[in-house]
Order: sequence, then structure tokens, then C-alpha cells
Amino acid sequence: MIEMPKPDAAVIAKSADLAARLRRILPDEQVIDNAEELRAYECDALASYRQPPMLVVLPDTTEQVSKIVKLCAEYGAPIVPRGSGTSLAGGALPTADSVVLGLSRMSDVLEVDFDNRTIRVETGITNLAVTGHIQHEGFFYAPDPSSQLACAIGGNIAMNSGGAHCLKYGVTTNNLLGIKMVMADGEIVEIGGSHLDAGGYDLLGVICGSEGQFGIVTEATLKILPIAEGARPILFGFETNEVAGEAVAAIIKAGLSPVALEFMDKPAIIVSENFAKAGYPMDVEALLICEVEGSPEEIEEQLTRIEAVVADFNPMTVMRSGSDAQSAKIWAGRKAAFGAIGQLADYICLDGVVPLSQLGNILRETQALADKYDLKVANVFHAGDGNLHPLIMYEANDPDSSRRAEELGADLLRLCVDMDGCLTGEHGVGIEKRELMLDQYTERELRIQMALKNAFDPDWLMNPAKVFPLELIETRPAA
Amino acid sequence: MTEILDSEEAVASVIREASASGTPLELTAGGTRRGLGRPVQAARTVSLAGLTGVTLYEPGEQTLVVQAGATIASIREMLDGENQQLGFEPPDHRALLGSSGEPTIGGAVAVAASGPRRLRAGAVRDALLGIRFVSGTGEVLSSGGRVMKNVTGYDLAKLQCGAYGTLGAVTEIGLRVVPKIEVEKTLAIVGLSDAEAVAAMAAAMKTPTDITAAAHLPAWAAKELGFGDAMTLLRVEGFETQAAYRIARLKDALAGHEVGEIDSDPWPAIRDAMMLAGDDRAVWRLSVKPTDAPGIVAALTDQMQCEAFYDWAGGLVWLACEAAGDAHHSAIRAAIAPGGGHATLIRASDTTRAAVPVFQPEPAPIAALTRRIKDTFDPKGVLNPGRMRG
Repeated sequence: MIEMPKPDAAVIAKSADLAARLRRILPDEQVIDNAEELRAYECDALASYRQPPMLVVLPDTTEQVSKIVKLCAEYGAPIVPRGSGTSLAGGALPTADSVVLGLSRMSDVLEVDFDNRTIRVETGITNLAVTGHIQHEGFFYAPDPSSQLACAIGGNIAMNSGGAHCLKYGVTTNNLLGIKMVMADGEIVEIGGSHLDAGGYDLLGVICGSEGQFGIVTEATLKILPIAEGARPILFGFETNEVAGEAVAAIIKAGLSPVALEFMDKPAIIVSENFAKAGYPMDVEALLICEVEGSPEEIEEQLTRIEAVVADFNPMTVMRSGSDAQSAKIWAGRKAAFGAIGQLADYICLDGVVPLSQLGNILRETQALADKYDLKVANVFHAGDGNLHPLIMYEANDPDSSRRAEELGADLLRLCVDMDGCLTGEHGVGIEKRELMLDQYTERELRIQMALKNAFDPDWLMNPAKVFPLELIETRPAA
Repeated sequence: MTEILDSEEAVASVIREASASGTPLELTAGGTRRGLGRPVQAARTVSLAGLTGVTLYEPGEQTLVVQAGATIASIREMLDGENQQLGFEPPDHRALLGSSGEPTIGGAVAVAASGPRRLRAGAVRDALLGIRFVSGTGEVLSSGGRVMKNVTGYDLAKLQCGAYGTLGAVTEIGLRVVPKIEVEKTLAIVGLSDAEAVAAMAAAMKTPTDITAAAHLPAWAAKELGFGDAMTLLRVEGFETQAAYRIARLKDALAGHEVGEIDSDPWPAIRDAMMLAGDDRAVWRLSVKPTDAPGIVAALTDQMQCEAFYDWAGGLVWLACEAAGDAHHSAIRAAIAPGGGHATLIRASDTTRAAVPVFQPEPAPIAALTRRIKDTFDPKGVLNPGRMRG
């Protein structure tokens, strides 16, 4: 079990006083302090960990955020920024003495500029709503985490979120041009804008992915792109995971840049096929779904080249989509995978990354470890970038099963690190992987990251108890 | 006298010594970009040019890990063998700055040197997968790694990129490389005004044709490259059928213009700003909102003797003006202020670069944050003191 720090009793003692003063900044109903309503904010998508916050505030403007931050600093109350609460890593988990600052009311589109290919939004807006505002002109916002219907741009920036299409379009940090941020002392700053490459130190680059620990980002200027004319997938089945992994590397080495390259292993294929009846081959060990985009001629040319490259790896199945209906069918199983597994069992979704050359190894070791812990693991992931999402199935009501699932998850992530990969590719560290950080970095390396946090937030009030091992946080030298 | 170091341990040892004695160090590698930023006042100059190793190159993973002193030329040659390239198309600053030596990857990362392809493929920072560096106290540290996606901890690699060696001596760099595409064509429209050109480039960028570069050369700049009149240039790439389709699509989107193809490759000259090489004017690089660019240039042309050309579909303006006085820093910064952006003085004498803010001045809270970050990584202030600010 992951522990949370002991709440500060002195802060909690002044809770009513703080709430009263927050109500001078916000309308009454936008300051939440009754136990029942607070419970709505007790967890994010890492739902096995729950802790209602002390208070919740729901501001409408950056100026209000600034006043709230100053007031909380006066009371020594930590702030947990929250977009939509979809973090799989506990990135928005409150502490008992914290104020959750929810961005849900700040979801306006402030400016759309097609000539310069940018959009400026408030960060409470959902990822998909950004594309929703521009698609009538043939544009979209590229990062597409699978929670995009619900997740907020603020959370995407905090975690530097990716998605299925980042092989071609990059992750959040590659598509973020500017921000407005409330710093830990309440100061409002603007970094970057509609131009490229903000001057001075790359503050934007280090704020993106800082898990809400450097300040509250209230506005963002995002890069938008023209939508491709069309897209088509091709599906391959392979005899082994290793061969499928080699085929992925060959596709990439050949300079073919598919927009998505998704991998499913045998357990995932079986579950998805039983659920979605997508017509997946049941005699293969691994499936690859490779999607390209462009005009019909461009698509044909790319698919033909990919098919030629993959032919060297003796695929047992090749299903090339020739119509929208066939495309939908090929994607149906992949898209249903998480839901299908969710119907069978509770699951933990991991997010480790390995170099492509290790794909076969990591999948073999995963099954060996799953056997050791007597659990089932299915793998559905973005193969092009080595970002694994092993789904560990367990019984949430059974403490022993939960414990084994957590231990298996930790072992798998350590294995990723040992194979020259990393703990998290797109979900973030949050509380979930906090205690594993010393497997990835030396203590000295974590200390310099913590010193950088001091430069932004000397009192460590922004999103407490995340990213660093608790013991390092509690024994840190004063800023 | 420059001492050439050939190992990370040697770099760490030199920095530990400097930190202990409080002796400032100038860090260089190939030395070709030493004229960028402010002049450094340091008792000792060390070069990382001896760290030339290739730690790892996996074409099937688009992954390259090299030491900081590896030359851009050697990296290009190695990537070429696998039909790959550096996506950010790093400029060579030798002709523009009148410097000599061999450009290195460490230098390109330190000054964040991105060329025309930045428009599509991203800047140096976008290609960074991870780094190793030595802090101002001589600690060897790493951030990120060699995999394509990594959000494990804060992204210190981005912070080191463009920090001009003031936050650490970067010793090893992990990069994502990109494929070289079969067909590369340059489309051209002749004779447009700056404003017409930026509008045409915006129209082109709205099409899903993955344009990998878009530049406008007003008549003076076009003539430097041997063209007769102003040239608006678009680089299109793709596989055979794909490239042909994309060209047709672009011609369609630019239907009001006569769009031709040129045989020569103007992009290396645009990348290196060759049109501005060989004289002694001050050179500025303005990063602005593309549609603001022609207005900014027009306003400046009214106030001073200057010439400009445009890259990044208008988002990057190269501007040459008289070097005397403050090299027009006040006028240039005032011109970009309304729409936002930043201006960097790329070429001027040491005296001018010491007197004029070379980088865009920061608002007080950002300047204070920047100072705290500098103190975090280099508490004794021994790494390239003065290179970014006085």
C-alpha cells in the first residue's frame, strides 16, 4: 500500500476560517466544505486510493486562482490542482489537509487562429472539446489520450500526456506553445505564446510534465493541425511476440511513418475477440494494427510498402482494410479491449516503456511474472514507441489479490527500467510510482529535481506527496 | 588556451575544481557558435570536443545516443547510411558568424539550433529523449533516457537545451531521429510581397500535405541566392505517389498564384542565413506570430536601414541592420511587443553583445525564477558566467 503523509493538524484546525475567507473570493457554492460533496473529489481514476480533501474550490478566472493560491499559502494549506480527475497514477489524489483547486468551470475557448494554426483555451476544457471547436475548419488537436472525452488540457499538460497517434504527432509538450500560470506565490505569468520556441530557459518544457507541482496552469496556447483526408489500418497476426516486435522495428527502420502502431498479445486478443467479435485470428500469438493516413492513393502506397516489409516476418494473417466498414471492424477489438477486460475482472493499467528491441523479452518476462504471482496479464499497447500497457487482472475485494497485483506491477516496472526503459511513458508518476523513482534515478538525481521544485514552489504546497519518495520529501533540506 | 577534454569524468573533475576554487569556466565544444549569446568572462576555457563517442544507434527505434562532442557532420554521415536524419535540421553558424571549427551536437543542443524543418519536425528540444550532464558542482546527472516516451520525473533535458551551458555541461545526448523521405521537391511562387507571401504560406500550411519547410525571400535575399525576384518557397516530401499528390493539392490550395517547381536546393542556404553572411551588419532572429511578421518588418523598415527574410511560414524573421549603437534593440523589441514573441541578437561585436540584451528581456517574476533555477544547477556561478545575462 502506498502511504500518504500525516496531515497537518494545525492547517485542518483553521479549515472553517479558510473556507470563510475563500468565500470572499468565490461565490458560496464554489467553495465546498461539507463532507458529502467533498467525497466527489476523494479520488481520481486510480480509484483504489481515496482521501477526501479538506476543501474544494471551483474558480472562474485566473485572478481568482491567484487570490486562492495566496490565501492558501498564508494558511500553509497544500493545493491539489484537478482537471477532470482522470489520472491513472493518483496525480489528483488529495491529502486530508489540502484544498482541491478544480478547473472544471474554466473551460472556455479564448481564441482560434487558423492562419497561425493555434488555439488558446482555458485549461479546464476537455481534450476532445478542443478538436470539437476546430474540426469544422478541418483542424484537430493531435495528442489523444484514451480518456480524451473526459480528460482536461490542464491534466494533459501536468502529465505531458500522449495517445495512440503520438508516433507521428508527438505528445503534449510537442504541441504546447504557451501558457498562463499562477505561480506558488500567486504571481500570474505568461510563458511562450503563438510564436515558436519561447526565449530564455525552456520553462514551458519543464513545466509540462511537472505534475501540477510548479504552479497552476490556467490557460494554454496549443498547436493545431490540418486533419488528414482519410486513414486506413492493416492488421497482421504473428506466430510469436518476438517476431511481431521485429516487424515493428522493420516498419520504422524502413522510414514508413504510420500514424498508429498498436500491439495486442494473446490474452488481449482472446478477451477482445470474445467481446467485440471483430474477426481477429485466434491462432496467432500477437496482433499488430498499423494505421496510415492521407488521400486514397497515398494510403494505398503506404499500405503496400508496409505489407512488403512485414512479408519478411511471415505474418500468419494479413487483413488490409479497403473500406470504412472494414476499418471500423479492425479497430473494434482494439477499442473494446479495456472495456472487455474490465468486464472480466478489476485491472491495473501499467504504463512502462522499453526500447523496441526488448519487446519480445519484456512480454516473455511479463508472463513469467504473472505466473509467479498467480495473476493474468493482457497486453495492449502503442508498439511504435515501446510504451507498454500491461493490464493486470485481479479482485479488488480480495486484499491478497490486490497486494499481489500491486507487487506484480512494481516488478514489471522495475523490469522496464532494467531493460533501459522507464517507469512511465504517458500516465505520470503521481503517487502510484513515487516509491519506485529510486529504481529509475539515483538519489542525487532526484535531489536536483527536488531542488528545481524549490525554485518554483519553495514551501512545497503544490500537489503534495506526488512524484518523489515520501521519505525524500519529508527529509528534504529547507529551500 | 582551450583544453580539450575527452571523458565525462574529466569534465566532472574540471568543474569540481572550478566550483571549489570559485573560478569561472567557459565551456565549448566545436567553438563555431561561441559568438552566440553574450561574451563569457572566464579564467579557463575547456572544450568537450574530445567526447565523440556514439553510445547507441538503433535505426529501427529511430534512436541515437551520442556524446556532446560528436560532430554534426559525422552524425549526418552515420544517419545517412540508414536513410535517416536529424529532424531539426541544425544550422551551421560558421559562415554567418565568421567562425571556424566543426559544429557539434553539444553546441546545437546548448544554443537550441533549429533550421527550416523545425516547422514540421519540431525543434532540438522536441527531438531530445534524454541527457547526461555535469552540474555546476561537478555532479554527474542524467534525465530522461533513450526511449521515445518518458514522463518519469521532471524534464531536465528540455531545461538544458538552449541554456548555453549555464545550467550544466551536457556530456551525452539521446535523440529521436527521423526518416529521410524519398522525394523532396521545392515549390516556388515568384514576385510576392511579404504580406502576400505570408498569406500564401498560411494557406499552404492549412492543407494536410506535411510541408517540411516554408520560407519567403524578398527580392534582395532571392538575388543573393541567384534568383531573379522575390521567392516564396515550400518544401514538399513524400513517397513517389504521395509527393505528386501533395504537390497537386498545394497547387489547388494556392490557385490564385502561379506555382512552379525549382531544381536547386535553397534550404541549406536558408538554414544557415547565407544571404546575411560576409558583412558586418547586426543580425537578429525574431520569433513571432507568423501573420504579424510582415507588419513588424514594414514598421522597422520605416525606422531604419534593414533587410529581412522569413522562415517557418513567417514565424521566424532574420533581420540585418546597422550594428552601431544598440543595434536597434529598443526599436526591434518595441515592434514585436504588441503581438508577443522574442528577438535574439545573433551577430554583433563583443562590445555590442556585452552592452545590449542579446536575449529577450524577461518580466520580473520570470527573471527571478530564472535566477533561482541558475542557482539550483550552478550555485557558485562557474558555468559560462554572463553568457545569457550580465
